Amino acid sequence: METLLALCVGLLVACAVYLMLAGRLLRYIFGLVILSNAANLAIFLAGRLTVGAPALIAEGEDAPAAGIANALPQALVLTAIVIGFGLFAFTLVLAFRAFSQLGTLDGDAMRVAEPERPAKPAREARA
Amino acid sequence: MSWLLVLPVALPFAAAIAAFLLRERTAGRWVSILGSAALLVVSGLLMVEVLAHDVVAAQMGGWPAPFGITLVADRLSAVMVLITAVVALAVSVYALADIEERLERLGYHALFQVLIAGVNGAFVTGDLFNLYVWFEVMLIASFGLLVLGGSREQIDGGVKYVALNLIATILFLTGIGLLYGTTGTLNMADLSRAVEDVHPGLLTAIAMLFLIAFGMKAAVFPLFFWLPAAYHTPAFSVSAVFAGLLTKVGVYALLRCFTLIFDHDVGYTHEILLWVAGLTMVTGVLGAAAQTDIRRILSFHIVSQIGYMVLGLALYTPLALVGAVFYLVHHIVVKANLFLVAGAVQRLAGGTELTRIGGLYRSAPLLAALFLVPAFSLAGFPPLSGFWAKFVLVRAALEDGGWVIAAAALLVGLMTIYSMTKIWAAAFWAPHPDGREPALSTLTPLQRRGFLLPIAGLAALTLVIGLAPEPFVTFAEDAAAGLLDPSAYVAAVLGEAPVALSALEGTR
Repeated sequence: METLLALCVGLLVACAVYLMLAGRLLRYIFGLVILSNAANLAIFLAGRLTVGAPALIAEGEDAPAAGIANALPQALVLTAIVIGFGLFAFTLVLAFRAFSQLGTLDGDAMRVAEPERPAKPAREARA
Repeated sequence: MSWLLVLPVALPFAAAIAAFLLRERTAGRWVSILGSAALLVVSGLLMVEVLAHDVVAAQMGGWPAPFGITLVADRLSAVMVLITAVVALAVSVYALADIEERLERLGYHALFQVLIAGVNGAFVTGDLFNLYVWFEVMLIASFGLLVLGGSREQIDGGVKYVALNLIATILFLTGIGLLYGTTGTLNMADLSRAVEDVHPGLLTAIAMLFLIAFGMKAAVFPLFFWLPAAYHTPAFSVSAVFAGLLTKVGVYALLRCFTLIFDHDVGYTHEILLWVAGLTMVTGVLGAAAQTDIRRILSFHIVSQIGYMVLGLALYTPLALVGAVFYLVHHIVVKANLFLVAGAVQRLAGGTELTRIGGLYRSAPLLAALFLVPAFSLAGFPPLSGFWAKFVLVRAALEDGGWVIAAAALLVGLMTIYSMTKIWAAAFWAPHPDGREPALSTLTPLQRRGFLLPIAGLAALTLVIGLAPEPFVTFAEDAAAGLLDPSAYVAAVLGEAPVALSALEGTR
C-alpha cells in the first residue's frame, strides 16, 4: 500500500510539473494544487498506513500499542490542507484579476511590471 | 518568562485586529504605530532576558518538548525580533506620509501588523512545522500587501511573486514531511540530535529540499526571479518592509537549519551554498547595473546582498558566521531605509525612473545627505556599518583560503558603488529634466515628519553601528558561537534531562 501511494505521489508530481510548465497561469495554478496535494500525501505516508487500528492509549498504559498509525502527520496534513485551500482561493482570485486587468493569462505576455524596452534588448530576468 | 516570547507575536496580532476595526478612521494608523512601539519595548526586554540567560525557551500549552510547540530565542532570534521591531516602527511612522486613505480603508495597517507577527513568529519558533505556519502567515499577509490597491503593475508582479513563492512553500512542506518520516520529531533542538541516526545520503537529499525552499524565500541565485519582478510595484512602505524583512526570514531559516540540523556533511552542503553565494552576489549586482529605476536597482541589490549573508553561512567558520549575523542586522536597517528614501524621492521629484527625475540635491539637501548614509553603507564605505560587515566576511573568506570568493565580494562592492553613484548622480546631482524644483517644503508638516523621522532614525542607527561596531561585533561573536555549538540551545529547549524519544517507540 505504501509503495502504491508513493508511486501515486510521483505521478501527481509529474502531472503538476507538466501543467506548470505549460506557460498558462490557470494551468500553473492547477499544477500547484496537484503539487501541494502530492506533498500532503507524502506527509500522510510518513505516519504509516493501517486499517482498523485506533490511535488510542489503553487504560493504565503510557504508550499506545505497536502497529498503529501516527496521528501527528494526519494533523499536519489537515493544517496544510486548510492553509493550501486558503492560498488556492487567493491565487484564483488573483488570476481572475490578472485576466480582467492584463487581458491575458499567458506568462510570457505578462510584461507590465517589467516592460521590454525596444531600444535595448530585454535584460531583466524573465520571471 | 514565556510571555516575553509570546508577545512579539501576540502584540502585532492584537494591533492588527484593532487596526482592522478602525480601518475607516485615521485612528487605525496610530494603532499601528502604537503597536510597533510596544513591540519595540517588548523585543528590547526579550533581548535583555536573552543577554542574561543566553537562551530563553517556553513550552506552549505546558506540553514538554519535543511533544509540544516550543518558542525559543537565542541571540540570533532576539536580535532579529529587535531589528524587526525597529523596522516596523520606522515603516509604520513612514506610512503616515506614504499610505493613501484608500489603502488604509482596504486594511493596510492590519495586513502590515499580521506580516510583522508572521515574521516574528518565524524568528522565535523552535518547531519546524510551526515555522512553516509562520511562513504562511507572513506569505498571505505579503500577498495582500503586494496587490493592495490593485494597479496593473501590482497584479502583474503579484502573479509572479505568488506563483514562485508557493512552490517554495510546497517544497518546504515536503521536506518537513520527509524529515518527520525519518526522525519522528519536528522540534528543531530535538532534530539536531535525532538526525545523527539518519543515513547521511538521505539527510543530504532532505537538506537540498530545505535549501531550495529557504533559498527561494531568501532570493538566492537561481531562484530569485520573483523578487525583481514584484518589489518595485507596491506602495513604498510595503517595498521597504519587504526589502528589509522578508528575504531575511529566508536567510535566518537557512542559518538556523544549516547550523542546527543539517551540519552532517558540511563539505557537500556548504560547498553548494558557497557557489550559490558567489553567483547570487554577481548576478544581483549585474542585474542592478542594467536598471534605471531606483526601486528596481535596489531590488536587484537585495539579491546581491543576500549573497554576502549566504557566504557567511557557506564558509562555516566562526568568523564567517559573525560576518553573516552582523551583515544580516546591518542590511535590514540599510535596505529598508533606502526604499524609504526612494519613496520620498518619488513624492518630491515625481517618479523613481532615473531619466525623468533630478535636482534633489539643490532643493532637498537634507534628504540627499540622508540618502548618502545608507547608500554608502550598502556599498561598504568606511566607517559605515556595511564596511565592517564586508570587512569581517572578506577576512573570513581569506582566512579560509577562498581567494576567488573574496575577490568576488570586493568586486561586487565596487559595482554597488557604481549603482549608488548612478542614483546619486541622476536623482540628486543632475538638474530635473522638467526644470522642477522638488522641495520638502511642498509637503504638509505631518508628511514631512512622516518621511524624515524614519529615514533619519534608521540612518542614525547605521551611523551608530558604523562608528561603534565593537559591541555589535561582540554580540555577533556570541550569536555565532551559539550557532556553531547549539548545546545551550538544545539544553534550553529540551531541559537538562530531556524526555527520551524511545517513550514514543510504539507510535513510530
